This record gives sequence, C-alpha cells and structure tokens, in this order.
Amino acid sequence: MELKKIINTICEKYPGSILKETDRKDIKEITVAEQSFYEVMKTLQGDEDCGFDMLTDVVGIDRMPRAPRFDLLYLLLSSKDFTRLIIRLETDEEQEVPSVSSIWQSANWGEREVFDLLGISFSNHPNLRRILTWENFEGHPLRKDFPLEGKDFNKPFDPKTIKDWC
Amino acid sequence: MTERKTVTLNMGPHHPATHGVLRVILELDGETIVNATPVIGYLHRGIEKICENRNYQQIIPLTDRLDYSAASANNIGYCLAVEKLVGIEVPKRAQYLRVIMAELARIMGHHLWLGTHALDIGAMTVIFYAFRDREMIMAINEEIAGYRLTPSFIRIGGVAHDTTDEFIKRVRDFVKWFPKALEGYHTLLTQNKIWTTRTMNIGAISAEEAVNYGLTGPCLRGSGVAYDVRKAFPYSSYDDFDFQIPIGRNGDIYDRYLVRMEEFKQSINIVGQAIENLPAGPVQTDNPWVANPSQAEVQNDISALIRRFMMHAKGASAPEGEVYAAVEGAKGELGFYLVGNGNEHPYRLKIRSSCFYLASALPRLLVGHMVADAVAIIGSLDVVLGEIDR
Repeated sequence: MELKKIINTICEKYPGSILKETDRKDIKEITVAEQSFYEVMKTLQGDEDCGFDMLTDVVGIDRMPRAPRFDLLYLLLSSKDFTRLIIRLETDEEQEVPSVSSIWQSANWGEREVFDLLGISFSNHPNLRRILTWENFEGHPLRKDFPLEGKDFNKPFDPKTIKDWC
Repeated sequence: MTERKTVTLNMGPHHPATHGVLRVILELDGETIVNATPVIGYLHRGIEKICENRNYQQIIPLTDRLDYSAASANNIGYCLAVEKLVGIEVPKRAQYLRVIMAELARIMGHHLWLGTHALDIGAMTVIFYAFRDREMIMAINEEIAGYRLTPSFIRIGGVAHDTTDEFIKRVRDFVKWFPKALEGYHTLLTQNKIWTTRTMNIGAISAEEAVNYGLTGPCLRGSGVAYDVRKAFPYSSYDDFDFQIPIGRNGDIYDRYLVRMEEFKQSINIVGQAIENLPAGPVQTDNPWVANPSQAEVQNDISALIRRFMMHAKGASAPEGEVYAAVEGAKGELGFYLVGNGNEHPYRLKIRSSCFYLASALPRLLVGHMVADAVAIIGSLDVVLGEIDR
C-alpha cells in the first residue's frame, strides 16, 4: 500500500487534516490535525484503499518543555498486506482526545494505559480508569516531571491505602 | 417466578490457574459467565520508567523479565530497536545464534504453556514430559549464558560471546531428540476424547474480531490470520530459513493448541537449520558506537583506551530519532518503540506487549461459557503477567 494513495484518500474526504507526512526507512508516519482525528482514523480502518484493521499499540511520549506537551502515536497494521503506519497527534494535558475504541477494540486498554501513565484523557471512552496502577494513585509515572525520589520516597508502602474499585 | 440474581466471583490474583497474578472478576448466572472484568497491574514494576534512567546496555536484563518464559526473544526485540536507531549491521553468525536462542526460547515458552494448560484442564501427565524437555533447553541456556531462565545472552550489536563445542553438541542432541518427544505429547492429548471435548468450540473468536482486538501470535493464527512477524517483517536472517506458519480455522482453544503444537515442530526445524549452517565469523559488530575495543587495541592506542573508559563509565549513546522494532515472541508480536535523544539512555521506550492485548480480549472470550472453561480459556491465551504489567 502506498503512502501517497492513503494520503490522497484522506485529503479528498477531509481536506487540511494531514499536517505532515514522513517516510522513514521502514515505516511511514503521518501527523493528523486534532479536529478531524476521529474521522481520519475511521477512514483508515474502514476504507478499502487503506484497510488498517489492526491497532497494534498506542504510544504516548512526554516532550515536556514543548508547547503541545504530548505526542500520541497510534501504530496501525494492515492484516491483508502487512504494512505499518504511524498516526501522530500532538496534544496536551487539558485537551481531550477522541477515543478510537469504537473503531478498534484494542484501543480500549491501549488508551487506558496512556491515561494511567501519562494522564492524557480521552472523550467517549467506555471505561477510562487507571489500569496498571491503582485507583487512588497520585500522579502519572511516565511524565518527565514525575519525581524519581523525594521526601516520601523512602516511606514504607501500606497496601491498605489502595482503594479497590470492585 | 423468582428474579434471577447474578453472583460475583473473584478469581485471582493468587489463583494457580491464572499463571501469575491475573485477577478476573466474574459475574455468574448459575455456572454461566455473564460478565468478566480482568484486573491487572499486580506485577507492575515500571520497567518503561526504569529504562529512561538506565543506559542502553543495562536495559537488556530488564527485558528478560517481560515474558520470562521465553526471555531470549525479548532481548532480541530490544537489541533490534537500538541497532535500528544507531544503524548497526549485526554479523551473520550472531544473527544465526540469535535465531537459535529465540527459537529455543519459543519452545521453552510453549513447554510451559503446554504443561500448565493441560494441568489446568485436568491432564496431569503432560507437565512431567514438558518439563523434562524444557530442562534440556535450560541446560543449553546455562551452557552458553550461565543463566537458565533469563539468559541475557543477546547484546547490542551481536551476542555476548561465541559458542562452545558443548553448546553445539547439546543443541544437536536436542534437535535430534525433540521430534520424538513431540510425538509423545500428541499421543497424550491430540486425539484424547476428554481433551477435545473440553477445548473444541470453547472460547472461539473470528478472524475479524481477533484482528480488531489486536491479538497476535498463536491466538491470531488460530483464528486463521497468517500474521507472523518472522515472515511479514523478517529480522535477524529469518528469511534464510525454510519454515511454515501454521494457522487454524475456528479460533477456539483446540485450534490454538494445534497451532502451538505445530510451532514446536517449525521451531525445532529452524534451530536444526541454523545450527547446521552456522556461518563462521565474529559474533559482535565492530561499530565504534557500541563495540568495546579489544584488549590489544586498548594497550596500543590511546583513543581506544578513552573509548573503552567512556563505554564503561557512561555507556554507549544512541542518536536522536524514533524507531519501532518488533519480533515474534512466544506469545505474539513484541514491539519496542524507542525514542533516542542523543544520550546514553533512551528518552522513551514503549513496550508493545502481546499479552496485554490478549488479556484485553478476555471479557469477549469468557462471556457465555462456564466457570470451568474460564480456566481453559485463560490457559489457551498463554498470558504471562510479567509482560502484561511490565
């Protein structure tokens, strides 16, 4: 599948939605604008020219001093001809990203992990809760400003403080 | 008529059949599961965060602790990502040794799955045979790396050191022995009436759904999608070897079982080809980004001495950039998204865990089945909590 063809398909339907395209050695990447993000993802999954039917992973990167703070990456794969595509979206703490879990079921847990560890929130997510840490855990460990040590760092951990959600 | 009430049953995290610390909250109507909620995170060690504060070489033993039942495959995935970022070509002999280690790890992982999965369903005998043969691979690991379960034998730019004659002999012996052992496993289970009754048409998932849920590895192939990273995106000379990808038809437990049983055969086939055609040559790259200068160089060349000192004091550094490298682990696609910023440690390392997405499909697979089938379904997914929780 050619990157040109995919981009043409998307640009025809949603003009101005693609901000940047990068053709790295082995993987192609496009940066998508926030406003038409969900529609573009739907097209990528459903359209016959694209057919990216598997969402391999959701990756969040904290680029701290930068203005939109986070990079959100969606790793897509087509199970027909095995091509990969990365969709990049720039977002920050306040912004809510539309959830794609209604398009790919795998986004359900993938987005929960990003929410848990980086604190990016998603709109229309069926079950947006912490997944790897516990319910009343404070902070988001994979943010670059999360302390590696501090005044409470050596305190013994009391498991009774964990709030269970069941 | 009385109102039907559901019962909530907590399974795990200390349940022997959840293979680690997986917890599933089951909502039951009689014996039928109407709702299932997996709870994970009991083994969360923050490996991704630790990686951001370690240098590239120090991360290798951490990756062993992801899918600890097939550890060498994880090392390769991580090393491939770093090599891609730096731009290192690995010598052919090292690539073949990596393939041998990865395929032996896959067999080891499948041994653990076969033994415990059969034990969960009630077949006691299989685990003894599976662990007898798993022990032989452990001995091979010990011979070459010094460790049995977590070898950490793969290094950035190659492997730790060259083979010994004893290693070659043991691998050859194992390649000769294993097909016979595999036949034995088949006689225990494949045609067994109890086994087929317990596994056929249980936990079935269609190809479209499996893809949509992000399943990879034997679970995806059991549903009939021939996606294998070794074939789709060949790495580490996998295109040199002749092997087939087994696929199932119904996507139920029995098909996943058959796929893994065939993978045993294909893997041992690859190991056989690799050990017989092992090319001569170095096992470590001489790329100065990652290679340690040799003793002779250090004693005669001041720049080599400085480089060696820096390599040990600070660690090798990698340039700015982003790469994604994936390998076919025993459980499915294990990917590493690596972001470098020119330092000695990664800016971000995201681990794409196959088991994480396998576990996310549990509610879909469990609903509608009996409680006793829950144990069989979890076993057939072959999840390892070290990789889910990271």
